[in-house]
Amino acid sequence: MTTPLTLPPKKDPQKRTKVPVLPPVARSRAALGLGVMAAQGRFGLQVCSECAAIQYPPRDACVKCMSEDLAWQDVDPTGKVMAETTIRVSPEPYFRERMPWRMGAVQLAVGPTLNCHLHGEIGRGDAVRMALKLDKAGQGVLIALPLKGSDVMQDDPVLRAMSCDPKHRRILISDARAPMALALTQAMLSAGAAHVFLGEPEAWLSWPERAELEGMENVSIMPLDVTDVSSVAKLAAEIGGKVDILINTASYVRVGGIMDNDTSFASNSFEVNALGLMRLAQGFGRAMSGRVQDGINSAAAFVNILSVRALSPDANYGAFGASQAAARSISQSLRAEFQSSGMRMMNVYIGPIEGDAWFQPLPPPKVTPNAIARSVVSGLVDGLEEVTCGDIARDVYARWQADALLLEREMTGGGS
Amino acid sequence: MTRLPYDGVVLTAPVSVPYERYTNESAHWWIARALREALKKASVTPQELDGLSVSSFTLAPDTPVGLTQHFGISPRWLDTVPMGGASGVAAMRRAARAVQCGDVDVVACVAGDTNRIDSFRNLLSAFSRFSMDATFPYGFGGPNASFALLQDAYCHTYGATREDFGKIAVSQRANALHNPHAIMKKPLSLAQYMAGRMISDPISLFDCVMPCAGSEAFVMMREEMAVAKGLPYARISATIERTNAFPDDPMQLRGGWVVDIEELWDMAGHGPDAIDVLQTYDDYPVICMMQFEDLGFCAKGEGAEFVRRHDLTIGGGFPHNTSGGQLSVGQAGAAGGYLGLVEAIRQVTCTAGPTQVEGAKRAAVSGFGVINYDRGLCSAAAVIEGVNR
Amino acid sequence: MRDVIANVAEALAEGSARIVDLTHTLDPDFPVIILPPEFGQCARFRMEEVSAYDHRGPAWKWHKLTLNEHTGTHFDAPSHWVSGKDVPNGDVDEIDPSVFVGPVVVIDCSAGAAEDVDFELTPDVILAWEAEHGEIPADAWVLMRTDWSKRSGAQYLNMAEDGPHSPGPTPDAIRLLLERDIRGFGTETVGTDAGQGSHYVPPYPAHYLLHGAGKFGLQCLCNLDQLPAIGALLIAPPLKIKGGTGSPTRVLAMVNT
Repeated sequence: MTTPLTLPPKKDPQKRTKVPVLPPVARSRAALGLGVMAAQGRFGLQVCSECAAIQYPPRDACVKCMSEDLAWQDVDPTGKVMAETTIRVSPEPYFRERMPWRMGAVQLAVGPTLNCHLHGEIGRGDAVRMALKLDKAGQGVLIALPLKGSDVMQDDPVLRAMSCDPKHRRILISDARAPMALALTQAMLSAGAAHVFLGEPEAWLSWPERAELEGMENVSIMPLDVTDVSSVAKLAAEIGGKVDILINTASYVRVGGIMDNDTSFASNSFEVNALGLMRLAQGFGRAMSGRVQDGINSAAAFVNILSVRALSPDANYGAFGASQAAARSISQSLRAEFQSSGMRMMNVYIGPIEGDAWFQPLPPPKVTPNAIARSVVSGLVDGLEEVTCGDIARDVYARWQADALLLEREMTGGGS
Repeated sequence: MTRLPYDGVVLTAPVSVPYERYTNESAHWWIARALREALKKASVTPQELDGLSVSSFTLAPDTPVGLTQHFGISPRWLDTVPMGGASGVAAMRRAARAVQCGDVDVVACVAGDTNRIDSFRNLLSAFSRFSMDATFPYGFGGPNASFALLQDAYCHTYGATREDFGKIAVSQRANALHNPHAIMKKPLSLAQYMAGRMISDPISLFDCVMPCAGSEAFVMMREEMAVAKGLPYARISATIERTNAFPDDPMQLRGGWVVDIEELWDMAGHGPDAIDVLQTYDDYPVICMMQFEDLGFCAKGEGAEFVRRHDLTIGGGFPHNTSGGQLSVGQAGAAGGYLGLVEAIRQVTCTAGPTQVEGAKRAAVSGFGVINYDRGLCSAAAVIEGVNR
Repeated sequence: MRDVIANVAEALAEGSARIVDLTHTLDPDFPVIILPPEFGQCARFRMEEVSAYDHRGPAWKWHKLTLNEHTGTHFDAPSHWVSGKDVPNGDVDEIDPSVFVGPVVVIDCSAGAAEDVDFELTPDVILAWEAEHGEIPADAWVLMRTDWSKRSGAQYLNMAEDGPHSPGPTPDAIRLLLERDIRGFGTETVGTDAGQGSHYVPPYPAHYLLHGAGKFGLQCLCNLDQLPAIGALLIAPPLKIKGGTGSPTRVLAMVNT
């Protein structure tokens, strides 16, 4: 049975903070495909396009017919644990610090035998559900999970290390005024977050929704303006060592294409949406990176809420789309920079938000703040990198994955 | 097609260079020691040596090609055998055919590896693509963890107990006490084995070999040359080899020997009962037990019962791993794939000295190696017979 | 010949005259005017280090600034408003610099503003002031003191659901000031107009009527409570920006001690 996590004691200020070490990083190109699946929360393996054989470990030619035409597909994750071992000695620092470590051999119902991590609630002989998760090296790894786990199954230490679970962690939401900020705050607290900091830009401009956040328990409203480097530095100096998950909700939207839109609005979009992310990373990134293995309430993730139009712009929101693409590119660079510490960069792609004035005339479907909040929480719990929330985001992302050039033409040329 | 017998080619000059736990010397240095000693023992000068087979994990950035210029030799036949624990038998069967056909007159077969402080971890992390992708990210327990899974499945399928594996380790240790070059010098009792700390459950301390630096060698030549030089020698009765056998077995409960074992005994002209000494590849006692089954000494699943019924020591009814095996002598990388064959040559030529089994004439040698992802891929076996007794 | 400049310098040196700073510090938290979101907005003041005695510049420190012409304490030129677009020499770089130094009168509305956030400067208030201090001289600056500069944070813009609420002049008040041929009009609030100034006819009468008449504006002033009702000298030179409609300005006053 999983031992429920208890609230961590106060950190001993005399002790050196544990330096993050990583599990094995090296992978072949084919094996990186496991990470692509894990980043999206999918369970998939290579399947031969000619003979349908399912491959594991990932490879370059089919194990049955030697065809090189192997495609990654979602695959039935059910299996059975054939054997297990408890490793007590390892030369690799990451595992050495976490001994003993259970490892198993699971045979999938669809055939291949997998070496995998084992959740504490399952063992030899059990029917299991396999999952692909990103470990601290950012690589996709296999873990066998119970078909129906206990209420505290997320507290299993092996699973928690592959998760960015808000439970017991302290959250910073960069813009309290964002449409989803309140819903996100409530969702984080319900998920067990210890504290939620909300960044408030331009306190000299009052806003009626503030009243609802004031006086909420375990919530603090702090000055933060992502367009002001001194503001970011000031807040980072004050709470930087206490931020475990940073959710960037700052967003500047104006309607307009490229030829008819003002570069002044475009500049603001880039200042807030792209450079704002960069300032947050500069202000908070290093401190968070240093604390990725700092106990139960370790630093875990940077989260961006991006328009799915980062992938292919809407003609009516040209500058906004460009700023989202810029933010996405910055997040990719950050993901690479975070790799050495094991910090997660999660992007949550959304479509137009219900109630957001800048998308008001658009027809449904729209995504609600509550739906966004739920996606952020579940994405963090599952330790994902790429999350889509709402019908539009799911649809556009899938089309972009299938054929980005075709998506561009669909967006402009009107496929019917 | 019936396989050609190994007429006219023989094994001479078995050499084991005493292993060391850690060394500053290179694999080149260790291989040179074994090679030089073997050539001396075989009365062959470096100029007369025209064939070389090398197995090593730690030669990088060199391959055996680099060794030729390094040692100043000019072979007309050069082989690299990367088959880990199966390297000895594999090297032997390749070289044998080349000598038989006249492509080469004298082949030195040598295996050697260095072992520096960080060698083992570095070796593991770059051991194979599948290990890198699909084994080491899961706890980096190395082969200990992979074979622990195998033993876990084996025990739950066939009912073998830790005591059964303990008997194998204890017997080998008793044998090793006769071997002045064994790294392990202290006796091992079953109680001590059982009390040994777990390394990767159910694999415990005394199930594991100690990685070392070391080297082993032997020399192959035509029979008439061995006679002319007055060397003790052994003939090859039969060999088999198989890589990636039974790929659809979900777990490895049987090795590749099962595929070709009938052919081995057919070729030898006798069955397992005629064997006087058995050298199995002992990276773990569970693999020894598997070889007892898969080589035909008992039925599948009866390995534990076989161990209970037999005395595996030098003076016992079923002498097994008579120098102490890797479990007591140490594992010097690829040299572990030669250890059993080199000891077997000594046994059947009556030159084993303190580990000699009285009257040993026929030996079976089994090799197993290269754990790639979740199973050992290479398997090989040979039957050799001594002459000049 | 009188050496008035030497006299003034001597007065400043010995303290019989002093400089009063009427300027808010330019920092990122200072509020700016907020317009309906579809319109372009006034850029907030932002400051980024270019170097700080470090690898980016070992022996020096300097910053890049981002701001609008109308950020912080600033000067409005006639070309800022549509009504002044055709006024000759209406851009900041074209204005005769002699008008940047001149006499200033201060009309104290602080009591009224304390009672009513939408306090209006009306002709009656102006006439009452003139009854006490004499007619407003021609070509003088007129500043509306409200002590609004003592407010900070959300209280300064004082934004409600129907827009901002802060004191300012009525159209008739501006017309009266124009009859007096003032040089320019200044306030402590974020604009020369009242927070609810859009509802007048014409909307934003201070901007509309003043700049249409080729007059100037000053806003976000402070320390007006240190000025006498008459007799001070205002110094308010905007940056010489080509085609500029205004600029942040160091506004000073010289007063008898």
